[in-house]
This record gives sequence, structure tokens and C-alpha cells, in this order.
Amino acid sequence: MESIAVELRNVTKRFGSVVAVDAISLRIRDGEFFSLLGPSGCGKTTTLRMIAGFEQPTEGDVFIAGQPVAGVPAFERNTNMVFQNYALFPHMTVAQNVAFGLEMKRVPSAEISRRVTEALDMVRLPGMQNRRPNQLSGGQQQRVALARALVNRPEVLLLDEPLGALDLKLRKEMQLELKDLQHRVGITFVYVTHDQEEALTMSDRIAVMHLGDVLQVGTPTEIYERPCCRFVADFIGETNFLEGQVMGREDGHVTVIIPPDIRIQVAAHDEVAVDQPITVAVRPEKIRLVKEPLTSAGNCVPGVVQEVVYIGTDTQFLISLAGGVMIRVRQQNRISASEQFAYAGERGEQVYVAWATDSALLLGE
Amino acid sequence: MALVDHERNAGGWTSRLFRRFRGGTTGPVLGLISPAALWLLAFFLIPLVIVLLVSLGQRGDAGQVVYTWTLKNYARFFSQIGGRYLYVEIFARSLFIALLNTLLCLLFGFPLAYFIARQPRNRRNALLLLVMIPFWTNFLVRTYAWMVILRDTGIINNLFLTLGLIIQPLPLLFNRGAVIVGLFYGYLPFMVLPLYASIEKLDFSLVEAAHDLGANALRTFQRVILPLTMPGIVAGSIIVFIPSIGAYVTPDLMGGAKVTMIGNLLQQQFLKVRDWPFGSAVGFILMLTVLGATLLYFRSGGKTL
Repeated sequence: MESIAVELRNVTKRFGSVVAVDAISLRIRDGEFFSLLGPSGCGKTTTLRMIAGFEQPTEGDVFIAGQPVAGVPAFERNTNMVFQNYALFPHMTVAQNVAFGLEMKRVPSAEISRRVTEALDMVRLPGMQNRRPNQLSGGQQQRVALARALVNRPEVLLLDEPLGALDLKLRKEMQLELKDLQHRVGITFVYVTHDQEEALTMSDRIAVMHLGDVLQVGTPTEIYERPCCRFVADFIGETNFLEGQVMGREDGHVTVIIPPDIRIQVAAHDEVAVDQPITVAVRPEKIRLVKEPLTSAGNCVPGVVQEVVYIGTDTQFLISLAGGVMIRVRQQNRISASEQFAYAGERGEQVYVAWATDSALLLGE
Repeated sequence: MALVDHERNAGGWTSRLFRRFRGGTTGPVLGLISPAALWLLAFFLIPLVIVLLVSLGQRGDAGQVVYTWTLKNYARFFSQIGGRYLYVEIFARSLFIALLNTLLCLLFGFPLAYFIARQPRNRRNALLLLVMIPFWTNFLVRTYAWMVILRDTGIINNLFLTLGLIIQPLPLLFNRGAVIVGLFYGYLPFMVLPLYASIEKLDFSLVEAAHDLGANALRTFQRVILPLTMPGIVAGSIIVFIPSIGAYVTPDLMGGAKVTMIGNLLQQQFLKVRDWPFGSAVGFILMLTVLGATLLYFRSGGKTL
């Protein structure tokens, strides 16, 4: 049996009449990089703070390493937090900051200085012991905050949007570094973010939260390829939603009609009723743009190019289908620019959009 | 007391000015500071020199100042009179009461300021207003109000007598305790405001970070809250200590004639005995003590004046 680092059972948190977290249950495995992902106000930070012990659940139980932690104050929990604004002690040096947790545990001073040095080496800040936090760059402060938390070898490391204040390039670097660090130390990371790309890049598993609920828990691939509902499909990446009605069903395929008369086929495993209203979700990058209709199996729908946006790695197209249905298509610019020009559509051009039946998803509700 | 305040403020100014001059200041800068320099000269330096000169004189038969250039007044302050070091005792008593009052204001003011700073923003302003409301009433009136509360036939004694808890009125007024109550009441807001200003600036995620790293409430206070709010503690303590040691109205009214502090001694010398030279000497000693204490305190707080 896999061991569970953190478990939440039916945890609810109310602030006055506001329900911040609504009866959620989660099992975070030992040694995994687990992200709580959602827009601001979805309850992800509150969930993290309940694990840390800064907030007490209104209802439900939190378990850390199998032990219930109700009533255990933050300073007695074997968790450590990396704060959004780093929260480094401004009146202490880097070494004093990192040593703080060990001093509180009354670790002998020789061991403290050895472990502080180790921790600073680990976050690639060797020899920074005597600097003050205000003498460090944002990225360096971030690393000190990491070292200060990791030096205590916590059961669980909690990270509250730690990369939010960094610029894009540094953030990308730190994402990979964090992931690498987590592999090396083998500590369970619980990571709160509103940045879906960040969550996809780093996580072993992601819980998508919305309005205090956990909508879906899964690996990045599961979350991206098989979103459970419209919100997840919309929040993670870009998706075309086509509203239609179920026409019929034959050997693993459902035929959906999108008003006025676009017929598409979607591979479906779940039971759907004929005439049921339904949403077909298809990612822009799963769609191909072709000049001649395809004869092979799959969907192929005529349309007119409305807009072409070149964004370097990709080109985005906005195609209008019959009845004013709009669909986004994204093509990677893998071939040379001259070929691309011949290949890609131009505004006003008649084209066909094509995708495989198993590239789209049916979303109820 | 006003005199003391002047001297305190100016002490900082002059030493700073001094540093400027030593740093080889040139013409234009001198021109820029000349209004301030003139102000200091007229309202601080000249009066100070006058006090110093007077303190070196002696009282004439008619109470006038006779300039005899003597240190007798200073010697008198530190000498035995009728077997007691009377003036040194008064001085020590003032110092003790002022220090005790500062400590009490700090002990009670800190939790109050912390509580206010942790409230939602709109409630904070309302609470600060409550702290400042007593200032809307004259200090004398408030002191008399305390006397009404504490006297033998006052509210407290009347209540206890009626309830039969005591047979005789408790001696609540006209003693050292009453003076300390009066000073504590009068100067607590002066402690709360600078403390609030520095606690309000404290980033409370640092407190959470300390808890997160295993520090309980006491150690979080020692290691994080206290060092980061030290500027407010230093400022509040100085603002309370200086007027406390020179207090005159409170010991006069609430101490009766029994608790003489430096302020009362000064008043007696200038207005009753009309010994201006000795009064000036006492004033000078007080000023030097306050200056020394303040410097010492700043140093201990890791700051330089």
C-alpha cells in the first residue's frame, strides 16, 4: 500500500458566512509533487494554510503522516512553508534565517552550521551566509526561503505561489530547479498556484479547485487530455467548446449535431442519451487545417479563415464554420517559413478543419 | 517641563549640526541651514547660556541673582542637609518613578498597541481615536477627576465602605502610588502611538513564518516581534520617560506635598524661595541626566542619536 503524507477528509472552512473550502477530501502521497491549482478565491491557499496549521478546519479532519493534527499548533507540526512574499526575517542574516528552525528544535550549534551550509549549497547559494535578505535579488531570496524550510527536513513542504513575484524567465528556471530539488530531497511538496502551465510543468499530480471544491485530481496528462468538466477544460489550456445535441450512437462513436447542420463524431465510452444537449471539447492543437476535404475517417468541416496570428512557435487561426460557429486552430511552425506560407491559410480563404474522433471529448452539464 | 523639552529636542539638533560642521561644510550649505541655526541660537542656545550663567551665581537678599561665578549651587545639590542627601533623594525618587512609569506604560501599552494593530483597518482607526480622546480634555481637569475617584470620599472608597468591605477609607491619594497612577494614565497614549506605528508596519507573515519554523508564542515574540518593533519601543520609552522625570502637576496634586519630584523642587526654587541660581543648577543637572539616559538608551537599542 502506498503511504499517504497528507490526507484531508471532508474538510470545510468557513469564514463567517463565506465557505472558503467546501467538504474536500484529498490524499497526497508520500514523496509526490502535488499541486493545488485554481483561480484566486478557489480555496487553494486556505487548504494549504490548514495543512500548515495557520487555520483550523471548521469541519473535517487533516492527517499528516497518518496522524490527526486537529489542535496541533503550527509550531508543533512537521511541515514547513515557503511563503508567497518569502517572509524572510529582515533583521537576521541569511545564515540566521536558515538556522532559525534548527535553533527552535535545539539542534547542537555545530550541526546547525553544517546543515545551514548544506542547505545553502543545495539551493545554489554557497557562501551567502552573512548577507542580509535586503541585499539579495528576488530569486536569491526565494532560494533562501526554500533553504530555510528544507533544512528542517519536514514531512511535507508547503509552497504558496512561491514563484509569483519572479519574472517569466527566472520563473521558468526556478520551476525546473524546484522539480529537480524535489527529486533530490524526496520530500512531499504541496504547491499552490494559479498558473496552469506551472502546475503542468512541475507536478506529479494536480488537484483543480474552483469555488472551494476539488473538481478533478489527476496527473498533468489526465487533467489536460481528459478534463472532467467544462471548467477544468477551460482553465487548463485552451479549448474549443461546441454546443450541440446527441444524434445517435454506433460502435463507440457518438454523432453530435452542432446547429445549424455540422455533424461531428466523437469517440465516447460513457452512456449518452439521444437528443441530450452536450458540449464537444476539442483542443486547438489537435485540429488540422487542410485545403482539400479528407476522405479518411474522422471529422472534416468546411470553414473560412477569419484571423491568423503568428506567435513564434505556433500560428493561431480563427475559423468560422457554418452558422457562425467559431473554432480556434493552433499549428506548430515546424517547417520553414516559405513552406509555411504556402501551407497556411490566409484571411478569407476556404479551408477544412479536421480532427480525429478520439481527439475530442464529450462534456456533460 | 517646557524648558526640559526644549533642551532635549535641541540636543539632537546641535550634535547633528556639530557633525555637519566637522565634516567641512562649505558656504552654500551654511547659508541653507542659517534659518535653523538662527532659530536655535535665539530660542535654545542663548537661553541655555543664561541658565548656565545664573546657575553659577547666588541668591541676593532680595531674591535677585548675584553673579559670583561659583559652583556652590552644584555642591549644594550633592551635599548633606540635616543628615540627609535631600536633593539627591528627590532626584533618585524622580528617576525611580519615571523609570517605573516607563516600564508600566511599556508593559500595558505593548499588548494594547499589538491588539489594535491586528484589527481590521477601519476598526483600528476607531480604537486609536479612543486612545487619543482623553487629550480632548485639559490635563488638569483629568488630574482632578482622578483625585475625585481616589480621595477618601471618592467613588472607590465610598463604594467599598457602602459594601462593607472596609471600615476606614483606603489611603489611595496623596502618596507615591497615586503619583504613579496619575503619570501612567497621563502618558500611556504617548507610549501606545509610537508602538502602534511600528507594530502596524510589522509584516505578520514573519510571525507566521516563525511559528512555522517551530517557534512558540514566547520565542516568536523574543526573536521576531521584539527586534522588529524596537524603534517604536525606544521612541515610546523616551517620549514617556522625559516628561515623567520632569513631571510637576501630577506629583503636586496627586502626591499632596508628600511626594516631591524634581519638577516640584524647581518650582519651589524659582517661585517660592526665589533662589534662581540653585533652581538653574537643578535644571542643568536634570537636563544632563536626561541627555545621558537618552543616549545610553539609544545605544542599547542599537541606534545612534
